[in-house]
Amino acid sequence: MKGNGASQGGSRLWYLLLLPPYLAVLWVSSYNKAEPEWAGIPFFYWYQLLWILIGSVLTAIVYFATKRHDG
Amino acid sequence: MPIDWTALVVFVLLFVLVTVLGFVAVHWRRGDLDLLHEWGLAGGRFGTVVTWFLLGGDLYTAYTFVAVPALMFGAGAIGFFAVPYTIMIYPFVFMVFPRLWSVARQNGYITASDFVRGRYGSRWLALAVAITGILATMPYIALQLVGIQVVIAALGIEGAGWLGDLPLIIAFVILAAFTYTSGLRAPAAIAIVKDTLIWIAVIAAVVAIPIQLGGYGKIFAAIPQAKLLLAPGPANALLPYSAYFTLALGSALALFLYPHAMTGVLSASSRGAISRNAALLPAYSFLLALIALLGFMALAVGVDKAPQFADFAKAYPRNFAVPALFISVFPSWFVGVAFAAIAIGALVPAAIMSIAAANLWTRNIYREFINPTCTPAEEAKMAKVVSLVVKFGALVFIVAIPLQYAINLQLLGGMWIIQTLPAVIIGLYTRWFHERALLLGWLVGIAAATGLAAMQGFTPMTAVPIAGYVLPSYTALVTLVLNFAVAIVLTPIFNAAGAARGLDETSLEHYG
Repeated sequence: MKGNGASQGGSRLWYLLLLPPYLAVLWVSSYNKAEPEWAGIPFFYWYQLLWILIGSVLTAIVYFATKRHDG
Repeated sequence: MPIDWTALVVFVLLFVLVTVLGFVAVHWRRGDLDLLHEWGLAGGRFGTVVTWFLLGGDLYTAYTFVAVPALMFGAGAIGFFAVPYTIMIYPFVFMVFPRLWSVARQNGYITASDFVRGRYGSRWLALAVAITGILATMPYIALQLVGIQVVIAALGIEGAGWLGDLPLIIAFVILAAFTYTSGLRAPAAIAIVKDTLIWIAVIAAVVAIPIQLGGYGKIFAAIPQAKLLLAPGPANALLPYSAYFTLALGSALALFLYPHAMTGVLSASSRGAISRNAALLPAYSFLLALIALLGFMALAVGVDKAPQFADFAKAYPRNFAVPALFISVFPSWFVGVAFAAIAIGALVPAAIMSIAAANLWTRNIYREFINPTCTPAEEAKMAKVVSLVVKFGALVFIVAIPLQYAINLQLLGGMWIIQTLPAVIIGLYTRWFHERALLLGWLVGIAAATGLAAMQGFTPMTAVPIAGYVLPSYTALVTLVLNFAVAIVLTPIFNAAGAARGLDETSLEHYG
């Protein structure tokens, strides 16, 4: 590990973006409900499907923001 | 059920195709298969795309594809825990596993146990990790066979006694033969075909079935209220729904500690291939969520009330749901494609699991304790033979012993493998823990998990009492906390007593 985080292609703060998916799914009572429905799908189901996508996008953002040259 | 010849012919043709592919794969990214890291890790040559197919085919197993919708079908919303489970896996993988890849590549490690041996200089702690990995993997391989068994029965093939198991035995002999000759290259090549078939089958299902049934609204309207959402748990629960999230979190922490996941990670050609896959593998999580919903579609179609499935449902309660759904809504040729996807989906993880278990046995038990002077060729030969033994063991297990034992052991396997987390994952960041403290923590964790699960009739939950409340929690997570507590308390004690510490052969720059 040489120098500070910034010289490696981005701040370590970017890694905080990996936290929201955990908070979102751990707080079960916030999404264990049927309403609002989307296209006939109860909230419980589409909300968790949505977080798969958000989690993937956040991980990709952190990847590009902290990317180094060694591949 | 009568034999559906069209479906059977399509099924057999696809099976023959992947068999050929499995043997031809030996020529793919050619290496010297008399070396263990070539046979058992494909020389670490797989880039981002192959790693994506390999890990996708490896982690999202046939058993998952049958059991998750079966749980939705039988128990309802709790079965959807597979979704938050997979949401929590990948940020964790992104943070942790590139480090493991780097230190493994620097030092020639091919198993998690190799890393523990090098990091802590303790062959006994490494042995504990190796044995845990092998024991957790064996029942998992056996359960892959259940996926094959269910679709073979759904195709209408049945026979009395020994003959009834013949198709399963044939499938397994094929699997054993191509794993022996081609090593990890075979499941990697087959995974590409298998995943393509699975994607086609599932996308067709989630588009075509709602159209037939009149939309998702109609499907969810057919689900009984009790199955649609989670029950909040007991009245004096400290946190509502703690069962759901501890099950998801514990499963997420355990998954990548399994030897077959580790093998997938270490066969990647670069550190970036792991990071990129942490963002790309959620595509499979989305697929898994859709597959989970197939359980509800089976309920909406009413496969449990259809007389033609009565015998099938009796033979495979719950697990019959998805195959029966496909037979109800798809033309025969497509049923053949979907069932082939499930059966081939069993071969990929079964092959990788047997390779991973063979790597552990050969490198961390045979070479470490039995024959330290073995040549590289002897080492590779031993691994190939052990991969056969492991698969044969799994086959005997499924054919001769009631299925429930395999399910119970697989449940225990998850609780055991998570006990290697302090040594393996925390070891990537610090050597603060004393190796003897880690070994005792592991022992306490394993014993407590096994005892708690056995006392509760092999159910995954433990009610933890806290100041008059209870916290229903996944036993794996509870016993992992216990494991950590033991290791944290004993480390300063061992240090104060002057207990010798092993030599750490890794250094900071190895972790990248």
